Amino acid sequence: MSRLGAAIVLLAIVAALFGPAVARFDPAAQQLDQRLDGPSATHWFGLDELGRDIFARVLAGARISLLVGIVVVSISSVVGTLLGSIAGYFGGVVDESISRIIDILLAFPGLLLAIALVAVLGPSLTNVVVALSLIGWVGYARLVRGQVLRAREFEFVQAARALGAATPRILAQHVIPTALPAVTVQATLGMGGAILAEAALSFLGLGVQPPTPSWGTMLNGGRTHLLDAPHLTIFPGLAIAFLVLGFNFLGDGLRDALDPVTRVRAG
Amino acid sequence: MLRFLTRRIALTIPVLLGVATLVFSLIHLIPGDPAQAMLGESASPQDVADLRARLGLDRPLVEQYGRFLQSTLHGDLGRSLRTNQPVTTAILERMPATIELAAAAMIVAVAFAVPLGIAAAVWRGTAVDHTATTLSLLGISIPNFWLGPLLAIVFSIELGWLPVSGRGTWSHLVLPAISLGAALAAILARMTRATLLEELREQYVTAARARGASRARAVIRHAFRNSLIPVITLIGLQFGAVLTGAVITETIFAWPGVGRLLIQSIGFRDYPLVQGCILLIAVTYVGVNLLTDLLYGLVDPRIRYE
Repeated sequence: MSRLGAAIVLLAIVAALFGPAVARFDPAAQQLDQRLDGPSATHWFGLDELGRDIFARVLAGARISLLVGIVVVSISSVVGTLLGSIAGYFGGVVDESISRIIDILLAFPGLLLAIALVAVLGPSLTNVVVALSLIGWVGYARLVRGQVLRAREFEFVQAARALGAATPRILAQHVIPTALPAVTVQATLGMGGAILAEAALSFLGLGVQPPTPSWGTMLNGGRTHLLDAPHLTIFPGLAIAFLVLGFNFLGDGLRDALDPVTRVRAG
Repeated sequence: MLRFLTRRIALTIPVLLGVATLVFSLIHLIPGDPAQAMLGESASPQDVADLRARLGLDRPLVEQYGRFLQSTLHGDLGRSLRTNQPVTTAILERMPATIELAAAAMIVAVAFAVPLGIAAAVWRGTAVDHTATTLSLLGISIPNFWLGPLLAIVFSIELGWLPVSGRGTWSHLVLPAISLGAALAAILARMTRATLLEELREQYVTAARARGASRARAVIRHAFRNSLIPVITLIGLQFGAVLTGAVITETIFAWPGVGRLLIQSIGFRDYPLVQGCILLIAVTYVGVNLLTDLLYGLVDPRIRYE
């Protein structure tokens, strides 16, 4: 499954990098006389409500999705790892303060806080990234805090401390590396989550704004044409599900490879 | 038990205060003048000043915060800018629809997930298991904002079996509930499979079989019952995902609940209503999590003493 996941992700990366360059049509070019035409030999995924080639737009949308995923996961994982390791390593007031912030942010279910933030900041790609990163770091911080709480008692960490190593050095060289396998798994699964979240916000009209081709925006556009042109809905959704499935397969595979206990438990 | 109860409830108070603080801050995150943003660029300076005074935005921030907390505690979340209806009334009118949808989605999820998870665990490594695992991963990966329209295309437009939108009869509930419950079903099925597999390895299951219990009895009466605790916890914890999912599902199926109200309010820049909806959903989520924790502590005494 993890190989299949890696293949799907690789395919999406290739599509995002080279797709728009090799696509036969410009994703923004309109052919109004052919609007809502179904899939054909010329237009594989058909045309949308403005006569734009859906295949070209799906390829261009891969760029947005992967970009959001990579930026959100990078910011969230770095900030979360840093704050989680500080909370876990120092304990006391520092841990209490960071943990309370985590508790408060976790009190908002899933996307709700992102919806609220984008609602006040205004709908745009940048604000989607800001909102998803502001809530994304929490999961990493909680995960890393737990790992660091365990790691700080390891003998090699205590030995480094006894030898007089500076705290940043202990954290960077000895403590944080113990949490990295778990962070890698979370980041892989988090890519799928961030892509889904961006698509959901764009679907609600709160994310990427037209005419930029985003899969969520395309799905939103297809809502009014469910009856006469279901291909507007089918292909962008298929792209989202396919890519998220790829990251989930890959994340599951990585977890099995990096954490044998889970593999044994899962049978 | 009383000590556990008191401690757990006491821990919730700072979280609720934090939630309220964050919701209060939302309006101040609006770039520029919040009153101008709500009324639009074409509003007259007098109208903007009036709204600023009405919302108390002309007062010191600490005073605004104090008033917000006080009125929130009294159940007063202000008035809608568009309809002038009290926010609390507007939300309470929509709440039954959201609860109905969330409950139906959870019933659908449990009804699909538990048999699927049990089958996957009992027939581990077989085609049944692989199918169940693949279905679960598909369920997690397929977004509800795609599944909803797909279901509408097939069951409403092509087959004409079910209505495509609105609320009224049970038939209106079927598609939104399946669309909202699918992801939860996928997560629950995976959890049921994993916890049941763990329980099936326990010696008491072997002992039950040795005493002559049938395989089905050993699985259902012994292993499954013990595997239920983490599954029930997960259902509680996933309630938040259902609430957020409801925002999307209600929008797709024009379901007149709090989620749709939230999205409509965002569209109208009716920020008091946006704040009210966010606060209510978050507080409901915190409440359900608290209830789950308390139930967990009730069922499993080890939790109480940790």
